[in-house]
Amino acid sequence: MDAVIKVQNLTHTYSVGTPFEKTAIHDINVEFYPGELVAVIGHTGSGKSTFMQHLDGLLAPTSGTVFVDGQDIFASKEATRDVRFKVGLVFQYPEYQLFEETVYKDIAFGPKNMKLSEAEIDERVREAAGFVGIGEELFEKSPLELSGGQKRRIAIAGVIAMRPKVLILDEPTAGLDPGGCEGIIRNILDYRAQTGSTVLLVTHSMDDAARIAGRLVVFDAGRIAMDGTPEEVFSRAPELTAMGLDVPQSAAIAQALRERGARLPGAVYTLEQLTAAVAALRKGAGAGA
Amino acid sequence: MLKDITLGQYFPGDTIVHRLDPRTKLILVIVFIAALFLAVDWLSYAAMFLVTALCVKVSTIRLRSILRGLKPLIFIIILTGVLNLFYTKGGTVLLDWWTFTVTTEGIKRAFLMVVRIMLLITGTFLLTYTTSPIALTDGLEILLNPLKRLRVPVHEMSMMMSMALRFIPTLIEETDKIMSAQKARGADFSTGRLTERARALLPLLVPLFVSSFRRADELAVAMESRCYHGGEGRTRMNALHMARRDVLALLCGAALLGGMIAMNVLGI
Ligand SMILES: Nc1ncnc2c1ncn2[C@@H]1O[C@H](COP(=O)(O)OP(=O)(O)OP(=O)(O)O)[C@@H](O)[C@H]1O
Ligand SMILES: [Mg+2]
Repeated sequence: MDAVIKVQNLTHTYSVGTPFEKTAIHDINVEFYPGELVAVIGHTGSGKSTFMQHLDGLLAPTSGTVFVDGQDIFASKEATRDVRFKVGLVFQYPEYQLFEETVYKDIAFGPKNMKLSEAEIDERVREAAGFVGIGEELFEKSPLELSGGQKRRIAIAGVIAMRPKVLILDEPTAGLDPGGCEGIIRNILDYRAQTGSTVLLVTHSMDDAARIAGRLVVFDAGRIAMDGTPEEVFSRAPELTAMGLDVPQSAAIAQALRERGARLPGAVYTLEQLTAAVAALRKGAGAGA
Repeated sequence: MLKDITLGQYFPGDTIVHRLDPRTKLILVIVFIAALFLAVDWLSYAAMFLVTALCVKVSTIRLRSILRGLKPLIFIIILTGVLNLFYTKGGTVLLDWWTFTVTTEGIKRAFLMVVRIMLLITGTFLLTYTTSPIALTDGLEILLNPLKRLRVPVHEMSMMMSMALRFIPTLIEETDKIMSAQKARGADFSTGRLTERARALLPLLVPLFVSSFRRADELAVAMESRCYHGGEGRTRMNALHMARRDVLALLCGAALLGGMIAMNVLGI
């Protein structure tokens, strides 16, 4: 299958030619395929946000190329503008970017910039609001008078309403309570299930990454340190710890049990797997006694 | 993008220019400006140029940073040059066409005025490039202290100034971030007619104001909860001290000013 996004030798240096020069990402090579759900993890400052902004054409590479649908997105101004609608990027703390008088208008901002018809815009706003669980009774409210979690959903809806082929979310659950986090993760999964779009999710929660992603990409100091299935990545726990990252709680518990002599299978990193493994162990022990 | 605006940005360093007391530097800049306006002819301008070049060299500030600082003011510099070129009387007439007359005196005046403005800007930039904003406002507060007698709220003013300076980078960063986010939703800030572009700023200004007010509110609460109640009886963590180099630098400044006055009187 052809990659939707293909990144070649991407390097980005901030503030070139000043004393504050800083290379945030070095020589990144990676491909993302249609329909994938990829979790991107990495320590604070490892370059995740910088990387993501290149995929949407917001930051221009210092060197290297980004292809979306086989098209070099910095080849021309039109190509850069097109990619904004193909790749939807939800920033960290997106609630601070709401600006319209009403929730409806704010969600409609993206589709309006796509120059769609009124009817089409209306349809997309309703659909996007539906995905994130924003009811029509909120449409005429000011986004500023809603709760933090609601604002975040509206911001996500504003991007979803453009129907991007690739949806990128930069830490969509940062700073929300567990219920709020769970809700947003559910929304994202539903959205993906119904539209089949590619989703890239930057997250600091190893548990979320282990639970929902089919592939993990680990950033460390501006480079991709690991890229593989959750099983492959979490089996390298000592390396992750060295990069200042955690492993999922279930994996940590499994490891602690192993150290006490319990014989657990290698691939235990979600709650379900842990429960199953422990249940199997008890059954085995019961049969042995 | 927006980040490239230098706006008197501070470049940390450890040269003698950096280490001078901010009060010394403030006084020297005023002396420098006064001397610059006393300069009349080639020789005095050459002296001012040498002094400026020496200070820039010692401060290790790169020439490129200074030129970048001059860039936003290029219009004013050119305008001054052009006005002086065409509207100075005296000297031999080289060109006379319609209302424009170019004379040898005009060329000289235009050149010297442009040099004067550029030196003026370079001198003040040297101050902000080598002095942290906090040190600068501290220095200013102490220098303006006598005005307290006249009930001028010096402390409050300097507190406001240091806060404003402190939040400029934050504000620029935030503007950059919000701009990116709106661009990600297809907003277009750089093309279209003027009215369209002005309208495109709305998605930028609203969130910026909202977050500025929120931040101001939070900052006020944070300051009050740490018992801030104005300048009365407040001491400093880093008290300013005048050292020998400050005395020397001030003496050099006095010599420069004296020299310029003498040259001015003699008309060199
Ligand atoms: N606008 C900027 N100007 C200069 N340096 C920057 C800028 N943005 C980020 N950096 C630097 O680039 C590096 C990577 O930053 P980035 O925001 O991409 O990290 P991140 O992985 O997203 O971190 P976090 O998990 O905290 O969001 C950091 O060291 C940061 O200091
Ligand atoms: Mg980030």
